[in-house]
Amino acid sequence: MKTLSYSAACHMLMACADEIIKSKPYLTEIDSKIGDGDHGIGMAGGMQKALSKLETMADGENVYDLFQAMGKTMLMSMGGASGVIFGTFFSGGAKGKEPSAALDARAFAQLMADSLAEVQRQGKAEVGDKTMVDALKPAVDAMSAYAGEDLVEMLSLAEEAAKEGVEQTKQYVAKFGRAKSLMERAIGYQDAGATSIWIILRAMRDDLKAQEEEGIAQ
Amino acid sequence: MKKIINAPGDVVLECAEGFVAAYGDQYEMVPETAGIKVKNMKDKPALVIGGGTGHEPMFEFFLGENLADASACGNIFASPDPGTIFRTAMSVDRGQGVLFVYGNYTGDNMNFDMAAEMLEEEGIPSRTVRVTDDIASAPKDRLYDRRGIAGDFFVIRIAGAATASGLSLDEAFRVTEKANQNTFTIGVGLSGATIPGEEKPIFTLPDGEIEFGLGIHGEPGVKRTKLLPADELVDNLYENLLADSGIQAGDCVCCYVNGLGSTTLMELCIMNRRLRQLLERDGIQIHDMEVNSLVTTQEMAGASITLMKVDDELKRYYDTPCTSPYYTRR
Repeated sequence: MKTLSYSAACHMLMACADEIIKSKPYLTEIDSKIGDGDHGIGMAGGMQKALSKLETMADGENVYDLFQAMGKTMLMSMGGASGVIFGTFFSGGAKGKEPSAALDARAFAQLMADSLAEVQRQGKAEVGDKTMVDALKPAVDAMSAYAGEDLVEMLSLAEEAAKEGVEQTKQYVAKFGRAKSLMERAIGYQDAGATSIWIILRAMRDDLKAQEEEGIAQ
Repeated sequence: MKKIINAPGDVVLECAEGFVAAYGDQYEMVPETAGIKVKNMKDKPALVIGGGTGHEPMFEFFLGENLADASACGNIFASPDPGTIFRTAMSVDRGQGVLFVYGNYTGDNMNFDMAAEMLEEEGIPSRTVRVTDDIASAPKDRLYDRRGIAGDFFVIRIAGAATASGLSLDEAFRVTEKANQNTFTIGVGLSGATIPGEEKPIFTLPDGEIEFGLGIHGEPGVKRTKLLPADELVDNLYENLLADSGIQAGDCVCCYVNGLGSTTLMELCIMNRRLRQLLERDGIQIHDMEVNSLVTTQEMAGASITLMKVDDELKRYYDTPCTSPYYTRR
């Protein structure tokens, strides 16, 4: 897939929401180990609201509107650090962009890179702090480095990098969130936010691949 | 875990609705939120508190005469979103600005800061005190990383009295931050809590073991030991508090023994008895003692001890009578 059209993007974002909602028990379990166990509940709740919003946006022309609407819906409904951070992940990069009917691989990689920058501005986290940035940063790096034109191939690289990033979080002491009080006792457990990023990128890749195979998109 | 609830997603709103059903003569819902406000807001700086739900009566119900004016409530143990906080603040602003007081957590900080920015765009000034009383949550050189736990009770009481006393927003902020800087808490957990609708508790402890330095969201603590007799347990908590706070002979303190939900008043009183013995032994003056379960974590078992070092100014605000359905001081 070389371009992400409005309808393909809408389909893809709804698939992200579905996957997170399905993963709620898994995310809760991960967060309970070192956090307070509410990450899955918060994410699933926000994604449910985002899904309802996206369902009303089937007809539109600006792909960035979808990302903005998804992020803003999450930001204004979820609460918690996740509401701000994941809301910003979806909307941060889309803010202020010239309207566009479709995104190519370059534009999509740029969108994700700009979102990462905005997430880091809000949350102040760096790689190694045991947050979602540990999965998002390597994924963005992989997308930025990708020289090809295929969105599915690019997202596969991003998904692999994010998965590796999640693994890495097991070694880290947390600098943010409730796990930080645990200090070295947080070592050995993966970060729930990073896990969510991996699930989202995997859902993006899987959905675009499925759309391609079904011939929905070009 | 058995709980008397309907749909898990409705817990927060239905809880607030039940409170207003009982005390609707003085309180009402903040429109479009699950939070509550006082009905007859006076002309004064507004005191808005909030955070995750699930700690009742703290935050949601800690409103009234010389207490907070409104509560911005999030989901169970999760900060409210910026829109909720903004609407809550707007509902009680009387043109003298808004004082936010809440526990120092990443999520609360981000969401309340965004709401403060939204207020600023409306030309409404706000000031923020993040409660940082939990000495177990970060070392002394990272005070800014410490969580707010049962010390919320003291800091919000001082803030309530200060904002109602005729002080400006800035002055009320100064007094409240002073209370925060002088409030120290350490707790111990005996068993975990379950988020309504979830099957498993957030954490479990083996029989006969306790967790030192737990948070009020069931976050695992910092040290696990075997269960100790009450006096030994209190001795241990007290020594940690004194070492960290520097409170010493000749100082004057307010004390608060807080139960986390299912620990009985009987146990809390046994703890408080020992606490008084220790303070008297060490020549620390006791201005007041409170034994209660005001900052809870669902059915979690455990307790904390809070000491607030008070000077004449803090004593004056602390002694201001206050009223609410679950906490009254004449």
